[in-house]
Amino acid sequence: MVNQQTSKQTAGHPSGDKRFKLLEVAMKRHQYRHDALIEVLHKAQELFGYLEDDLLYFVSKRLKLPPSRVYGVATFYHFFTLKPKGRHSCVVCTGTACFVKGADELLECVRDEIGISPGETTGDGGVSLLTARCIGACGNAPVVVYDEEIVGHQTNEDIRSQVKGWTIGSDGA
Amino acid sequence: MDLTELENIVTKEAADRKPCEIRCCIAAGCLSANSNDVLSTLRTAVEDSGMADRVNVVGVGCMRLCSQGPLVGVDIDGPLYCRVTTDNASSIVATLNGGQGEAETFEREDPFFAKQTSLILKNCGCIDPERIESYIATGGYRALHQALFELAPSDVIETVTRSGLRGRGGAGYPTGVKWATVAKNSGERRFVVCNADEGDPGAFMNRSVLESDPHRVLEGMAIAGFAIGANQGYIYVRGEYTLAIERLNKAIKQAGRMGLLGTGVFSSPFDFRIDVRIGAGAFVCGEETALMASIMGQRGTPTPRPPYPAEHGLWGMPTLLNNVETFANVPDIIRNGAEWFAEIGTPQSTGTKVFCLTGNVVHNGLVEVPLGTPLRTIVEEIGGGVPNGGQIKAVQTGGPSGGCIPQEHLDSPVDYESLGKIGSIMGSGGMIVMDDQTDMVDVARYFMEFCMDESCGKCIPCRAGTVQMKQLLSRIVDGSANRADLERLEKLCDMVSRTSLCGLGQTAPNPTVSTLRYFRDEYESRLIDSTTAKANSNGATCQ
Ligand SMILES: Cc1cc2nc3c(=O)[nH]c(=O)nc-3n(C[C@H](O)[C@H](O)[C@H](O)COP(=O)(O)O)c2cc1C
Ligand code: SF4
Ligand code: FES
Ligand code: FES
Repeated sequence: MVNQQTSKQTAGHPSGDKRFKLLEVAMKRHQYRHDALIEVLHKAQELFGYLEDDLLYFVSKRLKLPPSRVYGVATFYHFFTLKPKGRHSCVVCTGTACFVKGADELLECVRDEIGISPGETTGDGGVSLLTARCIGACGNAPVVVYDEEIVGHQTNEDIRSQVKGWTIGSDGA
Repeated sequence: MDLTELENIVTKEAADRKPCEIRCCIAAGCLSANSNDVLSTLRTAVEDSGMADRVNVVGVGCMRLCSQGPLVGVDIDGPLYCRVTTDNASSIVATLNGGQGEAETFEREDPFFAKQTSLILKNCGCIDPERIESYIATGGYRALHQALFELAPSDVIETVTRSGLRGRGGAGYPTGVKWATVAKNSGERRFVVCNADEGDPGAFMNRSVLESDPHRVLEGMAIAGFAIGANQGYIYVRGEYTLAIERLNKAIKQAGRMGLLGTGVFSSPFDFRIDVRIGAGAFVCGEETALMASIMGQRGTPTPRPPYPAEHGLWGMPTLLNNVETFANVPDIIRNGAEWFAEIGTPQSTGTKVFCLTGNVVHNGLVEVPLGTPLRTIVEEIGGGVPNGGQIKAVQTGGPSGGCIPQEHLDSPVDYESLGKIGSIMGSGGMIVMDDQTDMVDVARYFMEFCMDESCGKCIPCRAGTVQMKQLLSRIVDGSANRADLERLEKLCDMVSRTSLCGLGQTAPNPTVSTLRYFRDEYESRLIDSTTAKANSNGATCQ
């Protein structure tokens, strides 16, 4: 097992951002082991919302891993996002059960209503559209997750009104 | 912890039990129908009616009939209410005082329940998954004790081998043989890995077990650890399964505190630690070599086998890798004996299998049946057939690596060999019913697109082949392909399945091949140079 011993002092980040301290604690708990990279990235994304270059560079320095390895892992897994997400998120399940019940049409409706495709965020940073491969609620397909809330039996009208509601008069709240 | 203490917990649980228990499903399906609010309404209603001393309200895992959630059950055999709302939830509590229930009920004698056999799901929807005592009260951790104190590791392996248990992750490799191989390979350390990546879209059997009965899996893994001589286990869980991860972590902590995991299990010399590893959303990580790379913090790209994980797995050590459901079978096999298990199912495919029945079928949800049950029994009797009297066109099993079984083969038994013969696979348990409105070419395109997106890109046949095949399929769907395109598609299917490095590429053509085998006319009629082209090419995407 790779067991990388790193200098003991908790360096933090020059910006003084507290979240880096918390990330440092997580790395320390994993004893800065190389094989904990994915756990560390999970933590980083949980703290910062997404993984920007500076953050990946910080992780690579602290774990003493080449930046290419950190970047390579961060881009391999769908769960990690390198771009900031919108204030609201709409995740359409495109698993088989939802596909059979018309998930493609739901995506089409969002595109039509607010002009974004899966993986994109509206220009004002209001809404992100994402897809998921089965959220385990297949019995109620098609399923959409609006801001963490799983909702089943969605119709084209349901999704249209939900995303439209977010975009009009949105201050993000 | 010793046997007497374990017994004491069982006795105490029985004594503490309130006369009545109201169970509300709070697994993903019912959550998406607002079951959390129903649960709080039930709690408040019990408080308000002054029955808190004799009625217990618990949030439980999946009660199987997911499409009719939120489900609320009174005791194990009392009424089962479906589509419960916050408006009628308190009327359920009122029935306990002779009031009139307003929520719809579902007969427990309905074939949906009556035709199922529960081994794996026995505790799902019954016990409180967040309390280890609740599991112990059902006889939990007795098998582990029995293995440690009454059996030698080789006896455990021998029992698993004789039970005929086969891997539930898809391929059906004999579990006992795998355990024996790992046990005889030498290494400084050995590892047990539980594959809970469950990437197959349209399947959530593993998740239900982890959320509803996590200790069953932990106990199975610990028995495996004892049998093969490992002291460390990992459960690799899909990142999307937050509730399962939370419950697993809680379960591991509780078991550790009671001395059922960790150093000196049951105060014996056997140490066994289990850690959870969270996946990050890559389907290919379900493949065993990719999964191990991911546990070691790397990109989840598969490597050629041999060497197999059994000899050269995590950190180069012998590693045992099994699916969640495979491990979940182990405690009962040890407790009830190999012969008991082997009696269930067919001689070649013993035991039961959990399926996730979805699509155009009346009762969507979890179904557990003995292997060898005819497909028709599952989809027509248990599932209730297609809603509104529609016709079944095909049943898809095995997800992106599987195939579509046409209506004329509905009588074939569901076991590893029979499904293989008709061009599909058992897979991990996804079962999607498609009615006569379904466009089979579009289904093939859907799965090919899935494989294209999920290809890790390491080898060319899969990386480039899936892109080409998906384009060809899209053109057939649009009606802009000709006969030469169809021939090219068939050649590519053959080439990609023969030359890809891992199972993802090798099986990516399966859905296409099986739909070509049974629904060839749907392809041919859309070709621009086919005689019937005009009739069909316009209605290309009939949903
Ligand atoms: C692309 C791909 C994805 C897979 N996904 C899973 C999965 O999600 N869960 C699983 O248990 N096995 C999956 N497998 C099969 C595993 O590689 C492995 O065979 C299995 O976990 C072994 O356990 P078993 O013997 O208990 O079935 C997958 C295989 C491939 C090629
Ligand atoms: S077959 Fe596909 S997924 Fe498997 S190694 Fe090759 S490119 Fe990667
Ligand atoms: S396929 Fe959409 S929830 Fe499973
Ligand atoms: S999720 Fe509630 S019954 Fe399956």
